[in-house]
Amino acid sequence: MNLYNYILQQADNTLILGQRLSEWCGHGPVLEQDIALTNIALDLIGQARSLYQYATEIEGKGRTEDDLAFLRDVWDFKNIQLVEQANGHFGTTLVRQFFFDVFNFHFYRALQNSKDETLAAIAVKSLKEVTYHHRYSSEWIIRLGDGTEESHQKVQGAVNDLWMFTGELFVPSTADQAMLEAGIGVDLEKIKQLWMEKVTAVFQEATIRKPEDTWMQKGGKEGKHTEHLGFILADMQFLQRAYPGAKW
Amino acid sequence: MKEITLADKFQAKIDQEIKIEPKDWMPEKYRKTLIRQMSQHAHSEIVGMLPEGNWISRAPTLRRKLGLLAKVQDEAGHGLYLYSATETLGIDRETLLEQLHTGKAKYSSIFNYPTTTWADIGAIGWLVDGAAIMNQVPLCRCSYGPYARAMVRVCKEESFHQRQGFEILMTMMEGNEAQKHMVQDAVNRWWWPSMMMFGPSDGDSPNSAQSMKWKIKRFSNDDLRQKFVDICAEQAQILGITLPDPDLKWNEERQHYDFGEIDWSEFWNVVKGNGPCNKERLDARVKAHEEGAWVREAAMAHAEKRRKRKEAAQVA
Repeated sequence: MNLYNYILQQADNTLILGQRLSEWCGHGPVLEQDIALTNIALDLIGQARSLYQYATEIEGKGRTEDDLAFLRDVWDFKNIQLVEQANGHFGTTLVRQFFFDVFNFHFYRALQNSKDETLAAIAVKSLKEVTYHHRYSSEWIIRLGDGTEESHQKVQGAVNDLWMFTGELFVPSTADQAMLEAGIGVDLEKIKQLWMEKVTAVFQEATIRKPEDTWMQKGGKEGKHTEHLGFILADMQFLQRAYPGAKW
Repeated sequence: MKEITLADKFQAKIDQEIKIEPKDWMPEKYRKTLIRQMSQHAHSEIVGMLPEGNWISRAPTLRRKLGLLAKVQDEAGHGLYLYSATETLGIDRETLLEQLHTGKAKYSSIFNYPTTTWADIGAIGWLVDGAAIMNQVPLCRCSYGPYARAMVRVCKEESFHQRQGFEILMTMMEGNEAQKHMVQDAVNRWWWPSMMMFGPSDGDSPNSAQSMKWKIKRFSNDDLRQKFVDICAEQAQILGITLPDPDLKWNEERQHYDFGEIDWSEFWNVVKGNGPCNKERLDARVKAHEEGAWVREAAMAHAEKRRKRKEAAQVA
C-alpha cells in the first residue's frame, strides 16, 4: 500500500500540473512559449501515464491508468496543493512551474537509485525531460524578475502568493517515510537543501526577494486539497463520469 | 521594357518548374497574393487551435489527451513555419498579427463553428483535416520555394491528424448508442462547412486563374471538392454513418459521387463575421496577445540588460 501511495503521489502531481499547463494551449503570450508550455504538459502527462500504469500493476485489481485518473474523487488524489493552484498570468504559471520543476529534477535524480527497478527506469527517462523543464522555468524567472518594473512586480507577487504551498514538497507522508526506509524512495530532507540552494540562486539573479518564513499549507499528499481540485476533476473526468464504461 | 523582360523571365521559370526564392525578382502582385494566402493559412493554424483546444481538458482518456495536446501543438508549429515563410516576403509577424487582430486578414471560416461534444474532435480530424490535406498536398509543389517546403512538413503531420480523427470516430461507433449519436450529430454539423473549405465554385473564384498560371494553385476548387466527396462517401460507409446530403449518390457514368447544392449564403455570411464563434475566436486571440504584451516586453528588456552588461564587462 505504501508503494502504491508513493507512486500515486508523483503520478497525481504530474497529471494535475500537466492538466493545468494544458489550459494554456492556444492562449500563450507568444507562439514559441505556447509550444514550450504544451511540451512540458505533454511530458508531465506522459510521466503520469507511466506511473499510473505501474501503480495499477502494484495494486493488482485489474484497474487501468484511466480508472485512476478519471474515476477517483478529490480525497483520493495525493498531489501537493501547489500543482492544483490556478494558472493566473504567465508569471504565476512560471513561478508554480519553477517551484515544482526544481523539486522534480532533484526527485528524479535521486529516484534513479531506487531499489525498485521500475521506478528507477521511470526516473531515468523522466529526468531527461525535467532537466529541460527546470532550465526553462529558471530562465523565465530570471527574465521576468530582471525584466521590466511590471514583470518584476508580477513575479514577486506570484512568489509571495505561492510560497506557502512549497513547504509541503518536503513534508514526508507515511508513504514517503516507509519508502525512504525501504530504499525505494528519496530523502526529502536532502532534496529540500538542494531545492533551497537553487531557488535562492535563481531569485538572486532574478532580483526576487525570498519571502519571510511563513505558515506552510499541507495535506495534499493525504488527500486534503484546496477548492481548485474539485473543479479540475469535474472538468477532466466529465466524459468518464457521464458515460460509465464507454470506450473512447 | 525592362519590367517586361523580368516578368517574362519569371513566368518562364515557373513554366519550367523552377522554384522562386525570396531574393528573386517577382511581380508585386505575386508577392501580395502569396502574403495574403500564406498569412491566411498561418492565421488559420493558430485560430484553429481554439476549437480543438476547447476539449483538451475534457479528453476522455490519458491517451486521447496526449494525442489532442500534441495535435494542437502541431498546429502552433505549423503557424510558426508559415509565419516564418511569409516573413521571407518582406513583412514581419507583428504586422501580420495586427492584420488578424483588426479583422483585416481572414482565416479559414471553418474555425468559426463550435465544438460541442468530444465527437467534434474526431469529426474535425476526419473532415476538416481531410479537406485541408486535399488543399495542401498540391501546395507542396507551389512555385514559391519557402511555402512549398513548409507545406511538406505540414502535410506529413496533417495526414497523421486525419487518421487520428477517423480512429476517434471509429472507436466511438463501436461503442454505446450515446456515442454513436454523438458521432452522427458531429458529422451532420461539420460536413457542409468542410465542403465549403474548398472555396467558391471555379466560376465565382476571382483569383483562381492567375494563381493557376503562377502555379501557386494546381487544381480547381471544384476538382478538389469532388475528390474529397469521393473519398469521404466511401469512408462514411466504413464508419457506418450517413453524410447529411440526400443527393449524395454514385454516378456510374461520371465515375464520381454526385452531391447536393452548397448553401453559399451561409459561407459568405460566416466569412463576413456572422458565424457562431467569429467574435469569440478573434477575442481569444486578441486577449492572448494583449495579456502577453508584458511578457514580450520583459523578455526584450532583459535581453537588452544582458547585452549592456556583457558590453560593460568587455570594456572593463
